[in-house]
Amino acid sequence: MKATLHRREVVRTLLAERGELLVVSGLGSTSWDCTAAGDSPLTFPLWGAMGVAAMTGLGLALAQPKRRVLVITGDGEMLMGLTSLATIGVQRPRNLALAVIDNERYGETGMQATHTAHGVDIAAVARGCGFEAAQVVWRESGLMAACRRLRAGAGPVLAQIKVVPEKLPLALPPREGALLKARFRRAVLGVAADAA
Amino acid sequence: MNAIDWPQRVHRALKDAGVRLVAYVPDAGHKRLIELCHADAAMRAVALATEEEGIGLAAGAWLGGARSALLMQSSGVGNCINVLGMVRECRFPLVMLVTMRGEFGEFNPWQVPMGQATPAVLEAMGVVVQKVAAAHEVAPALAAAARLAFDSYTAVAILVSQRVIGIKSFHEQAAQ
Repeated sequence: MKATLHRREVVRTLLAERGELLVVSGLGSTSWDCTAAGDSPLTFPLWGAMGVAAMTGLGLALAQPKRRVLVITGDGEMLMGLTSLATIGVQRPRNLALAVIDNERYGETGMQATHTAHGVDIAAVARGCGFEAAQVVWRESGLMAACRRLRAGAGPVLAQIKVVPEKLPLALPPREGALLKARFRRAVLGVAADAA
Repeated sequence: MNAIDWPQRVHRALKDAGVRLVAYVPDAGHKRLIELCHADAAMRAVALATEEEGIGLAAGAWLGGARSALLMQSSGVGNCINVLGMVRECRFPLVMLVTMRGEFGEFNPWQVPMGQATPAVLEAMGVVVQKVAAAHEVAPALAAAARLAFDSYTAVAILVSQRVIGIKSFHEQAAQ
């Protein structure tokens, strides 16, 4: 099958009317996608630490069990942290969702093929790890249902969303890590963020 | 056995520091502390498949307002190197309690390279290293590390010497 979806539109759909949704985005293109959809203090965009987006989401989900947490990351980033799916499957956080924006490429380094280009099925791995639901999404028709599961379904849930490999204009969030951390904590915790 | 029940004291120090999330990759030296954390209804003990997962978990927990600690063996420190860059760049607090191998009376030569490199690797990534060589020092070191981490936004690793862990041979380890 050939991908038909476009990553910027997909991420814009995932983040539409996001309200109190907490978002962690993986380094590279997914952080740019989230910024293109509208930078928010409730998004923690990673600029490095490849492979830990999903686990950062788990830590957040365990700390804030009443808030919905959505990790938006790429196929290369998720492949580097594939063991996280096993750890998340064991913890079974009801409020955690993972969206893997899968262009089957390492987009920041020259569009080299990732393992998903050769058929590796991240959603099947997630199911094998005990996720409540995990699907590969190829078409617009499946995107809305996947979006509903990601935003409100009992977690942990994962959607591996196949997108067209395309190079897009950069949309960069702030770079300074300490700033990104501080603004996120203030947005989530209010004045308590700065207390001991 | 050590006369001092240091894992029990460390568990108490973690609670006193407000830590309610403890993540770990098992090590024989952490066996009792892991059991204590799992048995504590006020704590969430999270088993990791690899140590670098724990760095992300600790960062995410702090973003959500929760204090956590990571337990690992010195070999696992090597698995964390790149992602410790996030901790430094973002000034995330981090408490790592590392049981040492390849350091004092080691019987497995494969443990020696990473064990010997552990302090240098951590320091190269900006982690404050505090070495503990006696059982009675572990819990006070943990309490101080928690303050340094959570009050001063610092990454701290406590390295617990093999002198404290006291594993002497492969057969003794296998029997644990």
